[in-house]
Amino acid sequence: MTDHAITDPATTAPATTAPRRTPLTQVHEQLGATLTDFAGWLMPLRYGSETAEHQAVRTAAGLFDLSHMGELMVSGPQAGAALDYALVGNLTALRPGRARYTMICAADGGVLDDLIVYRLADTEFLVVANAANAAAVAALLTDRAAGMNAAVADRTSDYALIAIQGPRCADILGPLTDASLGDVKYYASYPATVAGAPVLLARTGYTGEDGFEIFARPQDAEDIWATLSKAGADHGLVPAGLAARDTLRLEAGMPLFGSELGPGMTPFDAGLGRVVKFDKPGDFVGRAALAERAQAAPERTLVGLVGQSRRVPRHGYSVLWDGAACGTVTSGAPSPTLGAPIAMAYVTPAVAEEAVTEAAAARQDAGRLAVDVRGRAEPARLVPLPFYRRPA
Amino acid sequence: MSVPEELHYTAEHEWVAISGSTASVGITDHAQRALGDVVFVSAPAPGAKVTAGEPCGEVESTKSVSDLYSPVDGEVTEVNAEIDDDPGLVNSDPYGAGWLFKISLAEGDGDGELPPGLLSADEYTALTAESGS
Repeated sequence: MTDHAITDPATTAPATTAPRRTPLTQVHEQLGATLTDFAGWLMPLRYGSETAEHQAVRTAAGLFDLSHMGELMVSGPQAGAALDYALVGNLTALRPGRARYTMICAADGGVLDDLIVYRLADTEFLVVANAANAAAVAALLTDRAAGMNAAVADRTSDYALIAIQGPRCADILGPLTDASLGDVKYYASYPATVAGAPVLLARTGYTGEDGFEIFARPQDAEDIWATLSKAGADHGLVPAGLAARDTLRLEAGMPLFGSELGPGMTPFDAGLGRVVKFDKPGDFVGRAALAERAQAAPERTLVGLVGQSRRVPRHGYSVLWDGAACGTVTSGAPSPTLGAPIAMAYVTPAVAEEAVTEAAAARQDAGRLAVDVRGRAEPARLVPLPFYRRPA
Repeated sequence: MSVPEELHYTAEHEWVAISGSTASVGITDHAQRALGDVVFVSAPAPGAKVTAGEPCGEVESTKSVSDLYSPVDGEVTEVNAEIDDDPGLVNSDPYGAGWLFKISLAEGDGDGELPPGLLSADEYTALTAESGS
């Protein structure tokens, strides 16, 4: 057996030094996790069966160590203005206590990272970046804030980040926090305590489920993890690794930097043009290129595919229409929820139309759409994203 | 990690059990751990001629797909039909219920001599220790 070495391109860096450990790495080792070098961090890939972890998050709850994510603090009287110039979003319009999904782009409109920005106070913003990009984003923010009264500090080492995700998360977390969870809205954050420790508690996530992310001091991480694990056990909570996190976000149609997003793509390619706020005051990096892109006919469209055989479309495989290449798979995996292979792919707009037209079903039934899975065309169907939406 | 003494192994992480002129083939405990949850196995069909060291199928897991190699020369006589319904058997019982296919050994390989190139349990254990996992 030899592995076809499918790796996440954004996260595969040459290992020049030993990977960094999070405040919870020792806990993962004690739990018998399979650890992997992910973007320079030693992270749990899975604890047991990643499919069971995935299903636990869909039906009960999962506990994730996300301490590899980059925490960048931008503070000062002009912190908001600096972010408005550096990012595509309108951050001065964000109220303290709220969060936004946004992106940092190059002058040509290419995506350099996708981010969540939490406004902690009038003059203080927490920018959460992908681990692989954290240092680069910190440098870009520093450059772009030059001349403004705003300071950028990489605070990644000062935070442990623990996520609890799934329909039972509020039941588990509620008794362990001083926050009134009913008041913590989606994409909001509050200073709170969890297990007696001071944290920033946010209702955000990357799984398609209700969930909380807990930014804690590193020295409190083990205690918070243990307390949540113990309290959650009766609710079906399990620790969940990066493998489950990836299939969860894929089912939820959420883009991953390095797969659906990257320097060769604009937010519009990924169907996320709405994050670009042209109506904000002042210039921002990438404005001209993105404005042009917003007006132009799209060159490609991000779509969902459901494989009709059991062979799984993977990152980089060609999408075929009548046997000719019409796009490329960006992410693919067997979906535990659908029980079939699913994938996101960039395809030509003409092919993407097949997802929405009435006549499309018949044409799709004819097997004209397929994915080249290592030399064999495996039929696939186009479906609207996301693949999974949690019950209301 | 389990490496039963009585089996033979390949550097590609298959195991083979030889009984008379029949070889049973599966993937090792080390392999299933590295792969994660197996979701689909494409094994060679009965009647297919297989050659030692040549790819003859594939194993799909959540994160990856791997080629399956035949450990020996011969003809496939039987495929484990249970795997199609429950690929998780490869994870839960890689040396037992998770066996993948059986081969009728080519002429000359069933004479008590081991087919060339196979590893003993000790050799395979050393191999996986070298790879650091």
